[in-house]
Amino acid sequence: MNTKANIDPDTMTKKKYRHMVGIDPYDIPLEDYDLSQRELYQQMTFPGFFERLRKEEPVHYCKDSKFGPYWSITKFQDIMEIEGNPEVFSSEPSIAILDFGDEMPRVPMFIAMDEPKHSEQRRTAQEVVAPKNLKEMESIIRERVQSILEPLPLNETFNWVDKVSIELTGQMLSTILGFPFEDRRKLTFWSDVATAVPGPDSPVSSYEDTANILGNEMVPAFMELWNYRKENPGEFDIVSLLAHGEKTKNMATENPMEFLGNLILLIVGGNDTTRNSISGSVLFLNENPEQYDKLRANPDLVPSLVSETIRYQTPLTHMRRTVTQDFEFRGKQMKKGDKVILWYVSGNRDADEIENPDSFIIDRKQPRHHISFGFGIHRCMGNRLAEMQLRIVWEEILKRFEKIEVVGEIKRPYSNLIKGYTELPVRLHPKK
Amino acid sequence: MIEVSFIKQDGKKITVAAQQGESLMAAAVDNEVPGIDADCGGACSCATCHIFVDDAWFDKVGEPKQDEEALLNLNPDRKNHSRLSCQIDISEDLNGLVVHLPEFQF
Repeated sequence: MNTKANIDPDTMTKKKYRHMVGIDPYDIPLEDYDLSQRELYQQMTFPGFFERLRKEEPVHYCKDSKFGPYWSITKFQDIMEIEGNPEVFSSEPSIAILDFGDEMPRVPMFIAMDEPKHSEQRRTAQEVVAPKNLKEMESIIRERVQSILEPLPLNETFNWVDKVSIELTGQMLSTILGFPFEDRRKLTFWSDVATAVPGPDSPVSSYEDTANILGNEMVPAFMELWNYRKENPGEFDIVSLLAHGEKTKNMATENPMEFLGNLILLIVGGNDTTRNSISGSVLFLNENPEQYDKLRANPDLVPSLVSETIRYQTPLTHMRRTVTQDFEFRGKQMKKGDKVILWYVSGNRDADEIENPDSFIIDRKQPRHHISFGFGIHRCMGNRLAEMQLRIVWEEILKRFEKIEVVGEIKRPYSNLIKGYTELPVRLHPKK
Repeated sequence: MIEVSFIKQDGKKITVAAQQGESLMAAAVDNEVPGIDADCGGACSCATCHIFVDDAWFDKVGEPKQDEEALLNLNPDRKNHSRLSCQIDISEDLNGLVVHLPEFQF
């Protein structure tokens, strides 16, 4: 008998927790709240719980969960304050609720490092999204968007996630990383592997699998690329920048795990988030046809549609910090070592900060005022590139299609971190 | 009335009226000066209201504070006179202030 199947891959135990799905947020006491359960996000039943927390207990302690005890921070301003205090709220050892255990060794990456190392590495990688590179990338992105949209079938149902969102972000990643274009789906695969929860519908059956795929497939591929770029630097790809950066030029040889970690960071950071925001924009415009009309009537609204989509989608549900010293926050006593979960999905729906937060409004007054990119020194580095990709996608869609109609059942990933879509069946209507 | 000027990358100067006590960022946003995004709303948390203080004014405006410095430190565009405009409070002393807009907010 296979006993391993009953063991939870996150905890390596058989312990079960009470499910939150199917429960009315007001039917259970706040002390029983556990917002880490992945089903909540897959089935989109989480908002009511956060709404109650924001009203009644915005800084909330969950004393036991699959991921251990943790604090939930649910208000926009509180999240921003914690992100502005990295001495007390550290990004080490992990920026997600899940800690890697013995199965999967900790992989260092600069998003999960404190100063000064974080800044040294980030500054080097950030050059890839410098203005001059973004300008050059704009025409490449536009050509690629056109070549993806042009052959799409009309009046026929297909999965927008696979044919457009994944394809486009995969192509962009290969450009940014200087990775062979024809192998771009490998990047998508590794990104999926890096964030996948092991299970029957997952690309991995255990975290051991994850480590093997990333270690035995991804690392050698990037080592080869690194060695090539040492001799033949590209114009603006990240591997070339790291291979020649003053502080990072020995990373691959001296600290291969750090090299792997940073690649995973850039691949995941540039992949799921943008992919799911592209899909989300299609869905939200379908759910809000009057907003779609507004957009068609005034294509100048595309940049603000992009920001509103990123807020409304909130492609990462949370980021995590770890308390470095006993600390009182909003009257609650946090202890050294406590996990603090910054729920972006909640901050972006905080009515004290955003007017009508539950409505999707593409011509909001301050659409950029959202928390999806985070704040402080770890704020998303690729935000401008992501916005540019989404903007170009919509500029090109509006030239070609009257409507992208969502026609079937939507499926979402089993994740408490990546908030997105695996299936979004659509049908395209050509411009009249 | 306190006047402050923003000089764009193309050299064009935009002069606006600012109120005592508000931030330079707020003066820019209220007067729709392009290129000041201020995504965080003035909490010294995002660095999207970055400006360069004109050489002649830097002594009067002063150096960035520690948390502001941490954000500026990550900005590839950072120069000696970089500041976040949300952290500059408007006062009579700054009447006539000149700052330069960056090409791009990160």
